[in-house]
Amino acid sequence: MTTHTVNRRDFIRVTAAAGGGLVLGFNWLSACSPSSRQAKAAVHDLNAFVKIDTDGLVTIMAPNPEIGQGVKTALPMIVAEELDVDWKKISIVQAGLDTGKYSRQVAGGSGAVRSSWAPFREAGATGRQMLVNAAAAEWQVDPAACSTEAGKVWHKESGKSTGYGDLVEKAAALPVPKNVALKDPSAFRIIGKRMPNYDNKAIVTGSIKYGIDTRRKGMLYAAIIHPPAFGQKLQHFDDSEAKKQPGVQQVVSFDNNIAVLARSTWEAMQGAKAIKADWSDDSKLESTGDYADNFRKILDRPSQEKPRRKDGNIRQAFAGAARVIEAEYAAPFLPHNTMEPMNFFADVREDGVELYGPVQTPEKAQSDVSKLLGIPKEKIKVGMPRTGGGFGRRLKSDFVTEAAMISKLAKAPVNLIWRREDDMGGGDYRPMGLYRYRAALDQEGRLIAWHHHSVGVTGNPSRQDSFPAGAVPHLQVDALEYKSPVTTGPWRAPNHNFIAFSEESFLDDIAHQVKKDPVTFRLELLEQAKQHPVGKVDYDPDRYAGVIRKVTEMAGWGQPRPGVYQGFAAHFSFSTHVAEIVELIRAGDKLKISKVYCAVDCGTVVNLSGAETEVEGGIIDGIGHALYGELTLTRGRPDQTNYDHYRLIRMREAPEVEVQFIRNNEKPTGLGEPGLPPAGAALANAIFAATGKRLRSQPFIKSGFFG
Amino acid sequence: MGKYRLSRKRKKFDLFRAESINFKNPLFKAIIMAVFNLTINRKNYKVDVDPQMPLLWVIRDFAGLTGTKYGCGIAQCGACTVHYGEDAVRSCSLPVSSVGDKAITTIEGLSEKGDHPLQLAWDETDVPQCGYCQAGQIMNAAALLKKNPHPSDEDIDEAMSGNICRCCTYKRIRKAIKRAAEKAGGRS
Repeated sequence: MTTHTVNRRDFIRVTAAAGGGLVLGFNWLSACSPSSRQAKAAVHDLNAFVKIDTDGLVTIMAPNPEIGQGVKTALPMIVAEELDVDWKKISIVQAGLDTGKYSRQVAGGSGAVRSSWAPFREAGATGRQMLVNAAAAEWQVDPAACSTEAGKVWHKESGKSTGYGDLVEKAAALPVPKNVALKDPSAFRIIGKRMPNYDNKAIVTGSIKYGIDTRRKGMLYAAIIHPPAFGQKLQHFDDSEAKKQPGVQQVVSFDNNIAVLARSTWEAMQGAKAIKADWSDDSKLESTGDYADNFRKILDRPSQEKPRRKDGNIRQAFAGAARVIEAEYAAPFLPHNTMEPMNFFADVREDGVELYGPVQTPEKAQSDVSKLLGIPKEKIKVGMPRTGGGFGRRLKSDFVTEAAMISKLAKAPVNLIWRREDDMGGGDYRPMGLYRYRAALDQEGRLIAWHHHSVGVTGNPSRQDSFPAGAVPHLQVDALEYKSPVTTGPWRAPNHNFIAFSEESFLDDIAHQVKKDPVTFRLELLEQAKQHPVGKVDYDPDRYAGVIRKVTEMAGWGQPRPGVYQGFAAHFSFSTHVAEIVELIRAGDKLKISKVYCAVDCGTVVNLSGAETEVEGGIIDGIGHALYGELTLTRGRPDQTNYDHYRLIRMREAPEVEVQFIRNNEKPTGLGEPGLPPAGAALANAIFAATGKRLRSQPFIKSGFFG
Repeated sequence: MGKYRLSRKRKKFDLFRAESINFKNPLFKAIIMAVFNLTINRKNYKVDVDPQMPLLWVIRDFAGLTGTKYGCGIAQCGACTVHYGEDAVRSCSLPVSSVGDKAITTIEGLSEKGDHPLQLAWDETDVPQCGYCQAGQIMNAAALLKKNPHPSDEDIDEAMSGNICRCCTYKRIRKAIKRAAEKAGGRS
């Protein structure tokens, strides 16, 4: 029922949207679109993002994986704005991986809106201009005398108007305009408004399909057994009992893994429980207690300096300091705990491979499977459903290659579903680490030198350019790596998620010790960075100070209320400035977080509703993990494997949050992550205000201050 | 610290309960398949499965209703919440053999047109981020509103704290429940 003529010129790459190459192919929408169910109207691709059918239905493609960050709604809003269509009448379709049509089909680094802002606007505006040109040609008027509104082209002088649907076929035949004009922000009708998540109705009725819901003819469900401890190897296994379990069809093994395939998920999981496996000796494997000791030994070795940033000369500055303040901060491992556990559908056939499922990096998944199976990328199709959370875990594609390998060995389409225990024990954690800080102060209590010396499990655990870098004449950041079989990786706001806590707690500590208001202390440093910048300065001191002033107004900072304790923190990440104030009250003999205030400068806000919920959620996520998050290991084996022993923040602990955005017309900056990092620090600083005690290791629940 | 220990103990007990109806009890070693007749969303389903199979997997893999989600398998996260008669239950820890002839309602059967006050309020409040836990949240909230049409903040916190939202949309969930309660107020 669908004839899909692919004309290689029928798209524009997002990176070269204005550059043209935009020629229209006569395509029919694929079977999943509402219009093709009516199967009457011809659909034309105006470009890679815009399809309009002859009935006027506008479809906007969403090329990035939607993991809850709201891009499936926000990115089409950008296109729709410039195209000038009625938001209520468009439909949005998730695109699969298509490296020819799209670039950066990634969910990560808070980068989708940042990188798509200009090209998506151009894509919308180019499409709009083509429709205008088609109308102008028909009416024999100057295109410049035409305007557009809500899916129609108007010619005010003659009072003529035509809908996009009637123009699209003609527009297709016209040359692609270059350097089209973009709207002035004052004319925005969609950008900056509150638009509900496009998939809401499907989510609240249960009709939306996640990867875990994939069902195909002949598909088997697969459960997997990984080594129980990091560093363990599979020696031998016995699957005779597993194969007797009802519903179990096959057992396959590869690398150090065993997979059980069955006709249902639970039967596969039961089959996996019935496998008897022998693993290599674990007596030499490390426990988290050993890591803490080893970290300290590494940091104590004087020869272990490895500067990531060096401004001035800290050695001299510390030698001549009037006062030196030191502190040490400890970060635990954190699993990502996406609510939808890792899963993937794979169908490896002779003629090609179909991959479908939740992944933040579909292109990497494609190339990893290509390498693993020796099948060219062109033969590997990757589709992306709506995804039940990412938080960085799905930047890796280990679960995709597993699914592909299982499908290949079993010669069947499979849906691999990790049990929660596999997921929590599945590694790629936020690295455990130890962060040491030293600050040198002069006679007047000014910060003259800063030394950050840290070690973390695998990879650089620090961020060398974050504040107060740029504001301190002598600064050095040494970040060391500790190799371990425990796999680590990005976790929402990588490194920032802990660095913001350690830096902003330490700054608060210094301010109190030199008897300065912590906010004033930071504002003075920012003024220093503005007047006398040292080395590279990533942040904008004025915008940084802007969010700080805003949040202090919101929270009434400096106007004490009895029984209310406030803590302040600010952090710059993913090009966004954020300041937060956490408010604590006493509840019996415990503390309770009563409110969090937050000011954000992320440039232009695309979807106000989506932006607000991202920041609110990020703050509660940051507080939840600072309070409760910790994964420990005993001889390489995770001690927490499910939510009975691993505590995540719940409704009753979630504080009230108030978020305000600085209004400006700057380019949009990152938003999925920046709300999270300051939250833990603002909380720790509030705890200090309430108790006089500095908490320097997470999770804070161990302090006994919270219930 | 003391309080935290207590809550850990309570959770361990829950785990024990979930496990005892599942796999570790030696009585269940000898597996006999059996036919069960279930009423899900007012439709009848006949399945031939292990009596210990949790209702969740019967709903998802045999009835083909995938709106109900797997999150933890041990009744700790609430993603699998369905209605068992009038009650909200964790379908991941309810063996199919114990269902009997009580009616099961899943998110797909909460309303005919997707217009339950909670479903409308969830959209208006723009609650979902990733959306994965939201079916369980809505089913739990629907059972709450049936029993307590005008819940206070404390009632909501108490009733909803068994449902984890990893995106932390708690603020909007609270708001949506109140919005739905206000709207439904006139009807009930």
